[in-house]
Amino acid sequence: MFRAALKSLLGRKVRLLMSTFAIVIGVAFVVGTLVFSDTLSRSFTALMASTVGDVVVRPENTDAAAEPTTRTVDAALVDELEGIDGAARVDGNVTGFGVYVVGKDGKLIGGNGPPSIGGNWTDAPAGHDLAGMEIIGGRAPEKKGEILLDSSTAGEGGYVIGQDVNLVTATDQGTLTAELVGIVGFPEGGSLNGATFTGFDTRSAQDLFLKGKDAYTDIWVTAEPGTSQEDLAASVADALPDGVEAVTGDEAADEAATVIQEAVGFLTTFLLIFAGISLVVGAFLIVNTFSILVAQRSRELALLRALGASKKQVTRSVLLEALVLGLLGSTIGLGLGVLLAIGIRSLFAQFGLDLAGQPLIMAPRTIIAAYAVGVVVTMSAAWFPARRTTRIAPVQAMRDDIAMPESSLRRRLLVGVVMILAGGAALAAGLAESVPKPLYFVGGGILAILLGVASASPVISHPLLAAASWLYARLFGSVGALAGQNSLRNPRRTTATSSALMIGLSLACTMAIVGDSAKASVDQTIEENFVGDYVVSSLVGQSFSTQVGRQMADLPGVDSVWAQRFFAAGFDGEAVSAASRSTLRDGLGVDLVEGDLAGLVDGTVLLDETYAAEEGLSVGDRATVELADGEQQLEVVGIFAENPIVFGSIVTTPTTLVRAGSPDADNFLIVDTDDRPGMQDALDAVVEDSPIVTVKDQQGFAAEQREPIDQMVLMIFALLGLALLIAVLGIVNTLALSIIERTREVGLLRAIGLSRPQLRRMVTLESVVISVLGAVLGVVLGIGFGIALMYSLREEGLEVISVPSGQLAVFLAVSVVIGVLAALLPARRAARLDVLRAIGSE
Amino acid sequence: MTTGAHAAPPTQVAARVRDLTKTYGKGDAMVRALDGVTLDLVAGEFTAIMGPSGSGKSTLMHCCAALDTGTSGEVWIGDQELGGLKDKELTRLRRDEIGFVFQSFNLVPTLSAEENIVLPQSIARRKPDREWFDTVIETVGIRERLGHRPNQLSGGQQQRVAVARALVGRPTIVFADEPTGNLDSTSGAEVLDLLRRSARDHGQTIVMVTHDPVAASYTDRVVLLADGRIVDELRDPDRDSVLEMTKKHTPAAG
Repeated sequence: MFRAALKSLLGRKVRLLMSTFAIVIGVAFVVGTLVFSDTLSRSFTALMASTVGDVVVRPENTDAAAEPTTRTVDAALVDELEGIDGAARVDGNVTGFGVYVVGKDGKLIGGNGPPSIGGNWTDAPAGHDLAGMEIIGGRAPEKKGEILLDSSTAGEGGYVIGQDVNLVTATDQGTLTAELVGIVGFPEGGSLNGATFTGFDTRSAQDLFLKGKDAYTDIWVTAEPGTSQEDLAASVADALPDGVEAVTGDEAADEAATVIQEAVGFLTTFLLIFAGISLVVGAFLIVNTFSILVAQRSRELALLRALGASKKQVTRSVLLEALVLGLLGSTIGLGLGVLLAIGIRSLFAQFGLDLAGQPLIMAPRTIIAAYAVGVVVTMSAAWFPARRTTRIAPVQAMRDDIAMPESSLRRRLLVGVVMILAGGAALAAGLAESVPKPLYFVGGGILAILLGVASASPVISHPLLAAASWLYARLFGSVGALAGQNSLRNPRRTTATSSALMIGLSLACTMAIVGDSAKASVDQTIEENFVGDYVVSSLVGQSFSTQVGRQMADLPGVDSVWAQRFFAAGFDGEAVSAASRSTLRDGLGVDLVEGDLAGLVDGTVLLDETYAAEEGLSVGDRATVELADGEQQLEVVGIFAENPIVFGSIVTTPTTLVRAGSPDADNFLIVDTDDRPGMQDALDAVVEDSPIVTVKDQQGFAAEQREPIDQMVLMIFALLGLALLIAVLGIVNTLALSIIERTREVGLLRAIGLSRPQLRRMVTLESVVISVLGAVLGVVLGIGFGIALMYSLREEGLEVISVPSGQLAVFLAVSVVIGVLAALLPARRAARLDVLRAIGSE
Repeated sequence: MTTGAHAAPPTQVAARVRDLTKTYGKGDAMVRALDGVTLDLVAGEFTAIMGPSGSGKSTLMHCCAALDTGTSGEVWIGDQELGGLKDKELTRLRRDEIGFVFQSFNLVPTLSAEENIVLPQSIARRKPDREWFDTVIETVGIRERLGHRPNQLSGGQQQRVAVARALVGRPTIVFADEPTGNLDSTSGAEVLDLLRRSARDHGQTIVMVTHDPVAASYTDRVVLLADGRIVDELRDPDRDSVLEMTKKHTPAAG
């Protein structure tokens, strides 16, 4: 039995290859995602481990995720700690973000995600004596005007030792030029993952980041051999003044790495979702392929039964084929997944997250997941057709033509309707957020509806197919009628094939609607709320020198400049905005519903209406606000009405933020002008030296805000494209198998006078029916999903529901093209059939 | 070894075969399926081609029916020589000049009986001649079954629908390949009678390949093939004369 199954598998190589493809893609996605996220997390753990000392002494409540602050520990502490038992050496560090290196070509290096780190250079060893960054050329900077760079930044910028380097900083000093005197790198491998590092001498670093104060942002204490991090940390802690803490390097590294991993965790989830979509779509392909193969082999299977094989053995032989196929697909998918991970890695390098120094991690879990996913999906998909083989009677081996017994359509309709209803209920519950983990309900609901529609499809698609058939007969005569009839002949097969396309397109459609609506909402918000004539902002919301605003205010034609800055603790901290009272009143138009703007002094806050209601706070209460130095209790002096250009739910004064340790820098300027010609150029001139800062008018600002949405939608389309590719292969596979099945009929048609072009047209028309059916169902479902999603997001500020009808029309047009392309090979094959042999074949 | 080559004037010949040879393989392995066959198929006649398995009778029919081409020699359908015709022209010829009845699987399962009957015309985007269609349906006797799909018809009915399809386009010649091979004797007799009447009443030229002497007895003329050659011929056959002829040419049979 085993041999028979293997033989029959080998006898159908090409057909099986196509169904394997779906498994390969799905598994590759899973593997690629896991390998990449393992590599990413290992690389960050390694990086973080090499960027902490054995014991780190730092101000209490330092948040590893927030920007480095201006909060410091006293420089004198270094000398004190040197006397501690077990401390080999003590080094003070001054570190800050926002030191951008401008390449020789005038372009900014990095700055688009990974931080641009600046700091004093010390040769202190990293914790556990790990090889951290070392000087690999030149020397350490010794005085003002000298710097060193990490090797990849120097390389990218085209700088060699001895040359002058242009820097842009978010500090008061703005731009500066310094001589490159040294290059640092990781001699034993490793990289900064795309971050840039600029090293200064300690004095210059203190000038730059701490306004010249003789202090450090943190202190590394290196352990003597034989002293553990924990012991050292404990003895250091005893010697520390209030407000300063000592943590082990391991702790500090974990903390930092965890924060970064959480930030990229969404990506893993995102990619795994697409792996899931590929596998669901692939499962349809496998079900279909096995159904057809079993149907075609029913005679062979009946013969096996007649020869004495039991029902179980026959079923098992089919499942065995699936097992072999699943193993094969998983193995290929595993290999492809590694390539995919390399691809994702280089894609991320494009966005600045360079992991090239890190070898790919193939964890045992990844391999297990690959085989589990591939084999389980294949075998469960093959189970339905395999089960049907039990209904083959041995006597059928003697018959001329036998029909495979099929499950009743009524039952499929019933199952489908139940699934659609359950899915709809789950979706509604998820969207209304009346359940825990609403996202799971939304996802599960959508999946259930898609599978339900796929199940009920042979029944609910019948009118569509009949209409297509009628239309074909009118338009293309008997060739059209034949094609239409063929699509109706086995509605299960037709609709299962189109279901794969339906799933891909419905999701694409949903995304198109969400993206378009989001863009429309952005446009509407900007149009309604854009005040002033220009906005000044930086690339990723990073802060920039307050000089920019001051210089712009001095320009002729500029009426006023309104500056806003903000702080957010970690990735999910509540954002705190800060601006002067006059800016809040005249520039941002903040409208108080309670309290008085005049009451806003340092150490007090205004709250957004919604936030105040959520937190149950009113004027006079004390609100817990997380600032750079930790949580503070600040008095609420006013409640303001929803205001889209105030970024935070909490508003305070700039001084409050600076006192808490945030750098004295702006994030966002609104510029009012008298609209004289050349204004844009004049404003651009101010920020000429700061490539991270841009000046935009309303259109420009709107376009900038829309861009990330476009990129996101595009990325999702690219990933869904894979699902569509699988769907296309499904159509090719089904058509090819159907034609093999109908060889005699094709021969007959050719014999009685159907020409080759007519035959090709017949196959193509059949293919187009399948793909258009999938597209129509997909677009209809997608519009439903999209509108449901957007409707539930109304209160999140996305008020506009926009259906991009042009784009949806393109989807439908593309489906026709897909149909035509998918038919190319099967049609060619049909046309090439030798008439005589076709008539004579079994 | 008589043939009808000189017996009938060219205008009355529906199809002519001249020195047709068909070989497969090369050298020692070469098989001569047809070895210089010359034959005239007279218009309005019902001809049976007989012969044992491997005699070349099916190959001869396939070559005549524009389904296959010979290695050398000529085949004429009407005044059209088939040699050198492209696939497109052969397809048109099959559609317009030739009718087919196969042993089994004659009908497209997705189409009704009526749609199957007019399929060649509708492929050519021509309207069938309604009057002639009615005549054919009457002759074939399947009027009540026109709306049925093939799987709702008995084997005999399916073959009669196939005959109707072959007749309705008024082809120059109808080829039938063992049309009763899969039928019980009653249904077979009905189909054979139908073919005979088509030739007699409507002047339809019909060529039937068979190895059944009873089937052959319905025809006007029997041509016997052996080893790729025509070895004998019989006019107005009956079952006994056919049997006698085949026996005569069966080597070492007795």
